[in-house]
Amino acid sequence: MQAEEIEKIEIDLFLEALYQRYSYDFRHYAKASVRRRVRHILARSGRKRVSELIDLLLHDENFAQTAIYDFSITVTEMFRDPDFYRSVRQNIVPYLKTYPFFKIWIAGCATGEEVYSLAILLQEEELYERAKIYATDFNESALKKAQEGIYPLKEVQQHTVNYQKSGGLHSFSDYYYAQYDSAIMRQSLKTNITFAHHNLATDGVFSEVQIVFCRNVLIYFDRSLQNWVLSTLTDSLSRGGFLCLGAKENLEFSSVFDQFKVVDKTEKIYQKRVK
Amino acid sequence: MNTGIRTQDGRLFRRDGLSHRSSSVQDSRPYQAVVIGASAGGSTALMNILPQLPANFPIPIIVAQHLHPLQDGPAVLYRAQGCALTLKEAEEKEAALPGFVYFAPPNYHLLVEDDHTFSLSVDAKVNFTRPSIDVLFQSAADAYGVTLIGVVLSGANQDGAAGLNIIKQRGGLAIVQDPATSEISYMPRAAIEAASPDYILSPLEIGAKLVHLSNFLADPLPSV
Repeated sequence: MQAEEIEKIEIDLFLEALYQRYSYDFRHYAKASVRRRVRHILARSGRKRVSELIDLLLHDENFAQTAIYDFSITVTEMFRDPDFYRSVRQNIVPYLKTYPFFKIWIAGCATGEEVYSLAILLQEEELYERAKIYATDFNESALKKAQEGIYPLKEVQQHTVNYQKSGGLHSFSDYYYAQYDSAIMRQSLKTNITFAHHNLATDGVFSEVQIVFCRNVLIYFDRSLQNWVLSTLTDSLSRGGFLCLGAKENLEFSSVFDQFKVVDKTEKIYQKRVK
Repeated sequence: MNTGIRTQDGRLFRRDGLSHRSSSVQDSRPYQAVVIGASAGGSTALMNILPQLPANFPIPIIVAQHLHPLQDGPAVLYRAQGCALTLKEAEEKEAALPGFVYFAPPNYHLLVEDDHTFSLSVDAKVNFTRPSIDVLFQSAADAYGVTLIGVVLSGANQDGAAGLNIIKQRGGLAIVQDPATSEISYMPRAAIEAASPDYILSPLEIGAKLVHLSNFLADPLPSV
């Protein structure tokens, strides 16, 4: 057996150990990214083989904690895919204006850029006061950053460009203040946001919501986990509610497709059918 | 047309082998995919390579090209250039098939799974870029092993060098654009240094080489 074949077994055992010991289930993640991440963890550990990491994983909780965080490091921007936010303004905002109160779930919020982007959009549309936003992730470290809302100032230029292209009505600098080399998001954006731990791979529905954002999360899953997660998201949506996926994610091949109608095919906005 | 040797599952076997390198050994490797990395100046090279490939080119071509994240997908750029193959953006879970040139979507890493379907990721940039050529090449080397051809074109970044080296280590074939023909030679030079490629060729020669490798014609080009 070749070394690469053995490595595949080692990675499967590593994921199994992570699951049995800590209940974090990455066994149905797309394998190529998982392999990259395990190799990254291995390189940093100074060990030679993935199988050596299993010993660390089982007996060293600090190592395991870091490994779990390493499995979900994604990097995003405020108003990533500006056309998507334009579409939200155009297609979802009019619907929200008919509600006195509504809930939004941002599933897999990572470090929170999308959460603040949406909060800004809702403020500009004078809807923020009616909103309750649940921002969830299983990565406690990312969640903490999201809650703090402090981002490197050097990234603000990109955020600003995106904001302008997304149809922003004011100036992006209205929404943060700069301190040293950080941009700190305004407190007024945070008042209606609840940050919470939730693992899409293992946890279920916790509330009925009118909008679900789950963008660039499903691309990491295999087809069976995608369907599993999509059914959770679908169950949590009220009738007529909106599901927003990432630009390169599709509902078309999933098991829940017939429960939705397509609102914006390009920007991946779907609406749950009323019946 | 020379049909070469085809196995029952449709894979192609080279008949020419690397005869210029080891004339006594008949290489019957099946090539199953071509991965190409392109950065600054890579568009010109691709426009010289892709139109040479016939519609029945027997294996998929997968391209990671550095572009501005808000730019239109690169496949758009080549559509008008008279390429017989179908150019498209790779979609997640899509299977890599002959007849297509797949491009990594801007602002995503593109990876190949062991079952030769695509995955996308928004992991951190690698070599300051997303898509990263190294990420594509590494995953494709895992998926295709000795049956992979890797090509590094013009660019101002060292992305692709480590990935091409991995392709070589796994027994795949490594081709680098001749720095003298590259608009920006930094990336080809880095790849040559890291990977000791099998061929260093101009874009036109790369196109011809890919056709030859897939058609089992005798290898007319001199070795490096």
